[in-house]
Amino acid sequence: MENIVSLKNLVVDFEDGERILKNISLDIKDKEFVTFLGPSGCGKTTTLRIIAGFLEPTSGDVFFDGKRINGLPPHKRNVNTVFQRYALFPHLNVYENIAFGLRVKNVSEKEIVKRVGEMLELVNLKGFEKRSVNRLSGGQQQRVAIARALVNHPKVLLLDEPLGALDLKLRKEMQTELRKIQQALELTFVYVTHDQEEALTMSDTVVVMNNGIIQQIGSPTDIYNEPVNAFVADFIGESNIVNGCMPEDCVVEFTGRRFKCVDKGFDPNETVDVVIRPEDVKVVSAEGAKLTGIVESVVFKGVHYEMTVDGVDHKWIIHSTKAEPVGAMIGMDFDPFDIHIMKISEEQ
Amino acid sequence: MKQLKVLSVPYLVWMVIFILVPIIMVAFFAFTNEDGSFTIKHISDVGQYANIFVHSIWLALIATVICLVLAYPIAFIISRMEKHRQGTMMMIVMLPMWMNFLLRTYAWMTLLGNNGIINHLLGMVGLGPYKLINTSGAVVLGMVYNYLPFMILPLYSVMAKIDKSVIEASRDLGCNSVNVLFRVIVPLSLPGITSGITMVFVPAISTFIISRMLGGGSNLLIGDLIEMQFLGNSYNPHLGAAISLVLMVIILVIMTVMNQFSPDDQVLI
Repeated sequence: MENIVSLKNLVVDFEDGERILKNISLDIKDKEFVTFLGPSGCGKTTTLRIIAGFLEPTSGDVFFDGKRINGLPPHKRNVNTVFQRYALFPHLNVYENIAFGLRVKNVSEKEIVKRVGEMLELVNLKGFEKRSVNRLSGGQQQRVAIARALVNHPKVLLLDEPLGALDLKLRKEMQTELRKIQQALELTFVYVTHDQEEALTMSDTVVVMNNGIIQQIGSPTDIYNEPVNAFVADFIGESNIVNGCMPEDCVVEFTGRRFKCVDKGFDPNETVDVVIRPEDVKVVSAEGAKLTGIVESVVFKGVHYEMTVDGVDHKWIIHSTKAEPVGAMIGMDFDPFDIHIMKISEEQ
Repeated sequence: MKQLKVLSVPYLVWMVIFILVPIIMVAFFAFTNEDGSFTIKHISDVGQYANIFVHSIWLALIATVICLVLAYPIAFIISRMEKHRQGTMMMIVMLPMWMNFLLRTYAWMTLLGNNGIINHLLGMVGLGPYKLINTSGAVVLGMVYNYLPFMILPLYSVMAKIDKSVIEASRDLGCNSVNVLFRVIVPLSLPGITSGITMVFVPAISTFIISRMLGGGSNLLIGDLIEMQFLGNSYNPHLGAAISLVLMVIILVIMTVMNQFSPDDQVLI
């Protein structure tokens, strides 16, 4: 697969001197669903705006289909954007909103009727042609925004937190629908979100960002199972993160005890972050357990119980299908491959 | 609800005494003789002044168009500035209005006069003197100068509400700057355009001070004509009322036509 978008050493400084992007390099493959994931202010939307052409990087290059497109205005780029708050044209009805891009390009009326019709079908809005966009629900407005962008047959569709304003149920529906559209039309989607679950559900590739730096690029499974640092681990799902050190290969010491693990290649006694997913903590009998703690709280979450356990130096979060009574002393253990060792990242 | 209705009573009384009654009186005077008998003589007499009507409408129209052309870019630029700068800029736009209307127009008299500052400066580089004052151009200038803020204000307040992302969306969908202007900004600012035109055209068509001070005798406007019937030598309040009534009808017709261009849910007048 070819790279459709390449970002090389992007740096963006804002007027007040704040550095928003710090040397971002990234290749996006054709027909890929890529998600920029990170907390607000991490630079994910800024990166998207650079691809769209709304913002020029302070330094660095943007390539589209192998050509450098720095300085090319948005209307000359073969990408379209779905905006966070839809940004529909309030003076136009549903049909004219979708037809907007085609009218600007002087596409023939016959072609416009055909393509807008296809789009209305794609986003399930047949019969809404004449409706004013101000009288649509949030979900319907979002569909119009998606149709309005896709009708132009862009090579890349940029989506800036498009589902942020929708309620949970609708959001889940739209996630599936968007993924279907992306696969059916074989398009490249670049999706920005701060919702880790959304990122994991929809993407081929997740790009985790923080403070203007790409923390990790990988498939959802990789990102979840093999986070490269404590930030990624914490941001992608809940995690127990404790300080530890590596006395030797495949042995890690934390909370004063030594555990077997599968990581190696660290300096002797190098300090590390130890990350253990809540569902990977095994509850065992307190007697003879390496690690013990007192159950502080139990919350029923539907599929599992979430327990907070007060260990010696750390409060552990445990997800388990069986609840332990509050106040009980329990033991905890881990499988070696469930203990993830991470170098302390310099910048988080 | 009932309690709220009580609150509107003073305003209703006000409207009846100061708006409804005067209009009825104007209509009554327009259709009666000195002895109080019904006549349409005065209304038909208005026809004699058709050239003054045409001249007034023409000058007001030119002034309105110039105001629109000047105000549109100014309003747009201000509306795209940072919030705190917008306030300062609007204050500067409004600043002349803090001064007395007569005083401002007097100032133009001294500027435009045959021995005024402009001709004096031109004379220093060997030009002129030009006849600036007592021309139609001076009247239009006076109108534009005095009513420009009334055009900028409604345009600005509509434009400030245009979402930046809507403009970005149009660029994203293939619009160059010209397309953005005519496909998005103009349609979205239409309510501001119509209300701005109203706010400039209506006072401009009925002004009498500006034409008196800057237009000399050759630029008699409807406003001057009406004033003459009530305060001048040709005292005839019945004719004055008839002219006023015809003017009101003309303005009403023009406004109705204007409103056809505004979206249904955004009629401003």
